Amino acid sequence: MAEKEFWRWKEYNWHDENIDWHGCDAITAGVDVGSVSSQAVILVDGKLYAFATTRTGSDSPKSAQKAMDWALEDTGMTLDDIHYKVGTGYGRVNVPFADRAITEIACHARGGNFMYGNSVRTILDMGGQDCKAIHCDERGKVTNFLMNDKCAAGTGRGMEVFANLLSVPIEDIGELSFQVEKEPEPVSSTCVVFAKTEASALLRKGWPKNKVIAAYCNAMAHRVVTLLERIGVEKDFAITGGIGKNIGVVRRIEKELGITALKADGDTQTAGALGAALFGKALLEKSRK
Amino acid sequence: MKANYGYMDGSGEYYITIDTDHCNNCSHHGCITGCPKGMFQVITDDYDDEVAEIKEEFRKKIKYDCADCKPTTDRPPLPCQAACTPGAITHSW
Repeated sequence: MAEKEFWRWKEYNWHDENIDWHGCDAITAGVDVGSVSSQAVILVDGKLYAFATTRTGSDSPKSAQKAMDWALEDTGMTLDDIHYKVGTGYGRVNVPFADRAITEIACHARGGNFMYGNSVRTILDMGGQDCKAIHCDERGKVTNFLMNDKCAAGTGRGMEVFANLLSVPIEDIGELSFQVEKEPEPVSSTCVVFAKTEASALLRKGWPKNKVIAAYCNAMAHRVVTLLERIGVEKDFAITGGIGKNIGVVRRIEKELGITALKADGDTQTAGALGAALFGKALLEKSRK
Repeated sequence: MKANYGYMDGSGEYYITIDTDHCNNCSHHGCITGCPKGMFQVITDDYDDEVAEIKEEFRKKIKYDCADCKPTTDRPPLPCQAACTPGAITHSW
């Protein structure tokens, strides 16, 4: 019998059936090939038209193609209809159809500006295998950034490891983390391997799963808050990336910072690809001048 | 833009910060020759500005690569900072 994969998050695609892209002036796309997930976003005249979010495989070009094919599904649009394509993320230089590669730091700032409005100044991108604290201006241009990609603590992959360890579906982790009588002390926040070892010991000691989850969410929140404090947190504050959907971590970050994060109008995991598509639009306009 | 390259781990925080706004008016790029390990390079960034950055291969081990320039006693000025005339480079440790 196949082992259940508790870490497996929802992969899906979407497109706006109310938009007719035929004859539109600017169709741009962004593809974010991350270490854990890949997203493709298509904009039609600067409006969100379609996106797809999927798991990154072992081959970056294939993952980029898969995400893009899925975003294009049922739209009648082909890759050739897209005027400008930008690759971003860890695999950005391996997007075969991209006209340009742009770092995910710049793309998350631009995407966050679109998603949360131009008042956003601090963006925390909690990605699959790294975490970035970004400060940006009113145009979504990066003014300060800091990245931690040396270990998986404070990242989506770390959360996936915990979901599997505890046999809890990853989507349920946030809610379950609040089902504790008293907030436990965080487990190790400097290393996922240490945190996992510590969590195993706590389970053996008789801690309920929810309490262990709360301890890990707490550790993750504490880890990223130290990153944010280095660049200085300024309102308005937003969280992008997959962990932005985990309320167990988000609320604990908010509590530690004393700031409420802005609520997303869209999927936080697509912010990088969205930013890349916005860069594509700007570069397309520049090339036409 | 303040670009922070490095990491934090159980032993501390190790970041080199480059204020790239200072790179815009710099033509001699002293950082490239100033660093004995050759950690710096000049690139065109996402906003089409010519700026300095730490090469990818050094970013996760700067604590060790910078160690030779940071003796525990008689610490001289860091070569990268001395070479950067616009004063764009700072170290967190």
